[in-house]
Amino acid sequence: MATNTYVAHAPGYVDNDGPKIVTRRFADPESHTLERYLATEGYDGLRKAMSMAPAEVANLVKDAVLLGRGGAGFPAGVKWGFMPPVWPRYLVVNGDESEPGTYKDRLLMERDPHQLIEGCVIACYALGLNQCFLYVRGEMALAQERIAQALNDAYANNFVGKGILGTDVDIDVVLHWGAGAYIVGEETALIESLEGNRGMPRLKPPFFPAAKGLYLKPTIVNNVETLSNLNWLLINGADAYKQYGSEKSPGTRMLAVSGHVKRPGVYEVEAGNISFRDLFYGENYCQGIRDGHELKMFIPGGGSAPWFFGDQLDLKLEASDVGAAGSMLGSGALVVMDDSTDAVRACLRLVRFYARESCGKCTPCREGTSWEEKILERILDGHGRQEDIDLLLSVGAQISPGRYPAASFEDAGLSAVPFPPRQTTICPLGPSSVAPIVSAIRRFRSEFEAKIVLDHGDHDEVDHDHEDNHDGHGHAHDADATAVAAGGH
Amino acid sequence: MTATDNPQTTTGVPFTLNGKAVEARKDELLIDAADRHGVHIPRFCYHPRMNPVGMCRMCLVDVDMGRGPGLQPACMMPVTPDIKVDTESEATKSAQDGVLEFLLINHPLDCPVCDKGGECPLQDNTLSFGPGESRFVEEKRHYEKPIPISPLVDLDRERCILCDRCTRFAKEVAGDPLIHFIGRGAQTQVNTFPDHPFSSYFSGNTVQICPVGALLAQPYRFKARPWDLETVESTSAVDTTGARVLVQSSRNQLTRILGLDSDAVNWGWLSDKDRFAYQVTESENRVTEPMLRRGGDDLTPSRWSDATKTAARALRGDPARVAVLGGARLNIEGQYAWAKLMKGVIGTDHVDCQLSDGLPAPMALGLPRATINQVCAPGGVVVLLGPDPKEELPTLYLRLRHAIVEDGVSLIELTPRPTSLSDLAAARLHCVPGTVGQVAAALAPGVSNESADAQPADQMTAARALLDGSRPVTVVLGRANLAESARYTADAVGALQRLVPGVTFLPALRRGNVLGGLEMGLTAGFLPGGVRRAGANFPAWPFVPDFDGKDADGIMRAAANGEIDTIVLLGADPMEDYPDAALAKAALERVSTLIAVDAFVTSSAAEADVILPAALFGESDGSFLNLEGRLSPMLAKVTPPGQAKADWMVAVELATALGIDLGFVTLAELRAELSSMATTFASVDWNRLASADDGPVLPLKRQWVLEFGDAATPPAPSSYGLRLVVDHKLWDQGTMAQESPSLAGLAPPALLHLNPADVEALGLSEGTPAIIDRDGATLEAPWVADPSVVPRTARMAIRLPGFDVRSLLTVGRSVTNILIRAAGGTH
Repeated sequence: MATNTYVAHAPGYVDNDGPKIVTRRFADPESHTLERYLATEGYDGLRKAMSMAPAEVANLVKDAVLLGRGGAGFPAGVKWGFMPPVWPRYLVVNGDESEPGTYKDRLLMERDPHQLIEGCVIACYALGLNQCFLYVRGEMALAQERIAQALNDAYANNFVGKGILGTDVDIDVVLHWGAGAYIVGEETALIESLEGNRGMPRLKPPFFPAAKGLYLKPTIVNNVETLSNLNWLLINGADAYKQYGSEKSPGTRMLAVSGHVKRPGVYEVEAGNISFRDLFYGENYCQGIRDGHELKMFIPGGGSAPWFFGDQLDLKLEASDVGAAGSMLGSGALVVMDDSTDAVRACLRLVRFYARESCGKCTPCREGTSWEEKILERILDGHGRQEDIDLLLSVGAQISPGRYPAASFEDAGLSAVPFPPRQTTICPLGPSSVAPIVSAIRRFRSEFEAKIVLDHGDHDEVDHDHEDNHDGHGHAHDADATAVAAGGH
Repeated sequence: MTATDNPQTTTGVPFTLNGKAVEARKDELLIDAADRHGVHIPRFCYHPRMNPVGMCRMCLVDVDMGRGPGLQPACMMPVTPDIKVDTESEATKSAQDGVLEFLLINHPLDCPVCDKGGECPLQDNTLSFGPGESRFVEEKRHYEKPIPISPLVDLDRERCILCDRCTRFAKEVAGDPLIHFIGRGAQTQVNTFPDHPFSSYFSGNTVQICPVGALLAQPYRFKARPWDLETVESTSAVDTTGARVLVQSSRNQLTRILGLDSDAVNWGWLSDKDRFAYQVTESENRVTEPMLRRGGDDLTPSRWSDATKTAARALRGDPARVAVLGGARLNIEGQYAWAKLMKGVIGTDHVDCQLSDGLPAPMALGLPRATINQVCAPGGVVVLLGPDPKEELPTLYLRLRHAIVEDGVSLIELTPRPTSLSDLAAARLHCVPGTVGQVAAALAPGVSNESADAQPADQMTAARALLDGSRPVTVVLGRANLAESARYTADAVGALQRLVPGVTFLPALRRGNVLGGLEMGLTAGFLPGGVRRAGANFPAWPFVPDFDGKDADGIMRAAANGEIDTIVLLGADPMEDYPDAALAKAALERVSTLIAVDAFVTSSAAEADVILPAALFGESDGSFLNLEGRLSPMLAKVTPPGQAKADWMVAVELATALGIDLGFVTLAELRAELSSMATTFASVDWNRLASADDGPVLPLKRQWVLEFGDAATPPAPSSYGLRLVVDHKLWDQGTMAQESPSLAGLAPPALLHLNPADVEALGLSEGTPAIIDRDGATLEAPWVADPSVVPRTARMAIRLPGFDVRSLLTVGRSVTNILIRAAGGTH
């Protein structure tokens, strides 16, 4: 473990002059070493925690309203309270960051592994358990290597292991390397994988991890960034934490912005206090869309989130607001696409990801996502049929029935459909593939139609009545197309 | 019937099903509750004998738990009070449409050439719940058409709908996780690991539970269409478990055996031997007409009357010079008829349906009997004092495994070797041959571990704690080692009975209906009904033998000494199947008349003077008595080939040739007499046997005092280095497997298993065979270092191709000590 095979950490972190909690050591190129960590309040949070009763630590986290950073945004302190009084119990750290567009946890694991380990130990202490599993995504070699080194150092210095800091508290942290499956970022699939099985999600209920998790024992699954907050939070307290951010989502969070902005990267921001416009156009942040282009659409919370458009730019980055507007902030990955982007091609790129990453467990996801991919490929290959657009929506509706979440489209008179989608599947992977389809067709139907050359005739002028028909089969539209096609012969 | 079927013990959970107020049982899954109330929710992945996974999504139904209706998988949802379930709502229907359309987009629709066509859940659900048409215009997923994943099972991945039934079965039920999902998304497939075939003893079950035609049984493939099959419920006679089966035929040929879901016995599962050994009936080597040796000539076909006349002549002599071996293949009725013929008419008591490979008759018959469900009842303790159940009673193994894995049953092994259940056992006491009685006695409180022949203290402590009387204890009792006297097992039984008052036993013998044979008196000293010969009153019989006969060992020795003139082989093949090969050869060659009642010219039948062709499984009506004492029907589905007859009819023919009326000419008459003679059968309603659930368990609550005298002293270690353990593999060179084309090649080569420490001590080097020396008799054998072998023992299985371990066995020895050296070396 001592040999550093991977020297350079991943690029992308942007220091934006704002308040910093989890990235505050990033300026130092040696921030991942125990020496530097100890020189910068390292393990002070743990010392503080261990001077308190476990319940007090848990209450502190609850008071701070530390929201989970994995995507659902559920308060960590409340989640911890769900554990029944059953032992053994486990803490599992989800470092399988793989949502398209997200690369914040990777930086935290590569550049401040001790901060994460300290968070793990504090959480274990607060939860009264002594076994933590740190599951790191298979592809993140440097993160694995640095965590391994940090764990060895932490064990050697008694921050982890038997009799931590001279007390009678024993906590073990086990590093587990994933094998590279997107779905293992889903907590129940991660647990399956950790147990040595193929990573496939379990149905909730009955397999809520807090009740029946790892080895069917109570298990808390927390995100890397969530736990990375604990060092600072324990040292500075809940009130100090709540001075940052908004009332509903205190503190800071890391956002990964990619795509057609001038300065893409990972930013630590007080999320609830700024809008998408601030983030994309602000001087401290992304500094605007690249020259000569306009914003076309953006994904506010990772590849699984329905798309937003210019209409939504002034929304605050607040989970509840974004949810009501028809999408999600998710794991804090924003993908910005300008007017050079082909909506159909972007849609296919995302759908293909889900088709390839479907674990194969649920029929609708396994078969539906690949069918969607095939239809989109056919359209892009010039073999599309008029009915394929509604077929796409209908296939999507068989994976995610009912009205699919979508942003409002005022010009077309369409109001927002709030998050989340319904699903015929166990986990949200299948429904995620529907997000780009519904988003793209609702907004850019004409782009799809323009690519459909079969039976095209002269019906470019077909009335796109923009009815919100993604949960029906769109018969009205079929009828139009047929009529025009017939007329053309 | 399980306990939950008793309405008195359940508390109803009220809920609404399609507008009707109904009740579910406590913890009952919605899909099961709906089934009971006549509402069928379509499903693919759900199987009542396996843990639900909720992955096919076919059973999604609208459930309102108070927050408005939403789709829930009925197979994963225990009914909770007052939910409202709508299985016919628009949302339910469109979900069903969707799932079926998705399943069919990549399904090849080659139903006309698919074995499953006509009994296919995918066809049925599509017809009942599907959308009718597909909107899929793309190319379907393609794979190479059936690939063999084992010698018995083919896999057509194009047809697979990835329901996880086969893979779940392999992992959860059989404990052989040899098939698995690989790949992702629509490219997900079931397959084996590279170079590791699905060589499970239970692979055929995956074919039966596959909801499409993806898994195919090679022996059945393209043989019949489901609508041409005729079916009867019957019982497998492969081992004493008596697995309940469906026997199917087409055009008077047995074509398929399916597991019958019996709560009491096999839960629908079968071993591949249960499932595929029906092929023996179609073997080209069947004897279909009587054979007679005229003078010194070869056996030639004859008429029944000539054959029976010749046999009758040989049976007329001194009854003490006539003996009968075998009978475990016969059904109860055949066994009774032969017991009456030989004991009640001829008058001999030299009868044994075991070939020195079972238990003494009093032990098999006279211990208080447990049922499989009692052994497997949640929370109990099971002592395994017998062979590896996976090798000898595989269907029972599945029940035991489930009980341990799922129902909190704790297993104590008192065996000469680790078994297939060792990894799951709570205490493992692996006893060097000769010591099992001593080890069992040392389990008593206050006895020091030192008398337990160096068993690990932690294992002894664990076993003692389990036997402290706080939990019910049952014993699975069998013959674990053919190279060791059953005497030591008897001592262990005695020790366990003293230690655990009320302990009950499951006599896990191997040979088909051997417990029926014992019960019917095909053993020395007993008459039908477990009645001791001495002093018995059997009015329907001309007389009863006036001497106590010999067991198989005694018969063999007497025959070899010229004290027996005539031996009747009832489906027995001692030349291949008796542990002491040399003695068997000497015995059969010495007798003046050998009569074989068999379906094949076995090695022994080839020596016979008369062969009377017998009907096999599926060819004659009768019944089977399993190891619990459960009497279940074993029915004819096809007619016997040629002139072969049911065994009881052969007995009647012989009696007629002897000029005696056996007292019955129909099965009904035979059964009426049987019931009147054997008190244990007095209450059997033979007419209802076929329609009863799994057959009645006979009242065999015997508690005989076993007279074995003082515990045997284990023989002291001799200069001969290792003690031999000889047992069976499921696939061997037995007639049933050898005459079933698809099973014939499955027997692994014979191999001597040695503990690595012994290998080193013996100085064996890889690639050089070992010479096994027992009192000068030597045998050259390939060997393997196997850490599962108990140190100071050597293990081999009998009847495997390669070498014949029987040359090392001599009956009557307490244990078998052997010396091993490297071939070519001077030791």
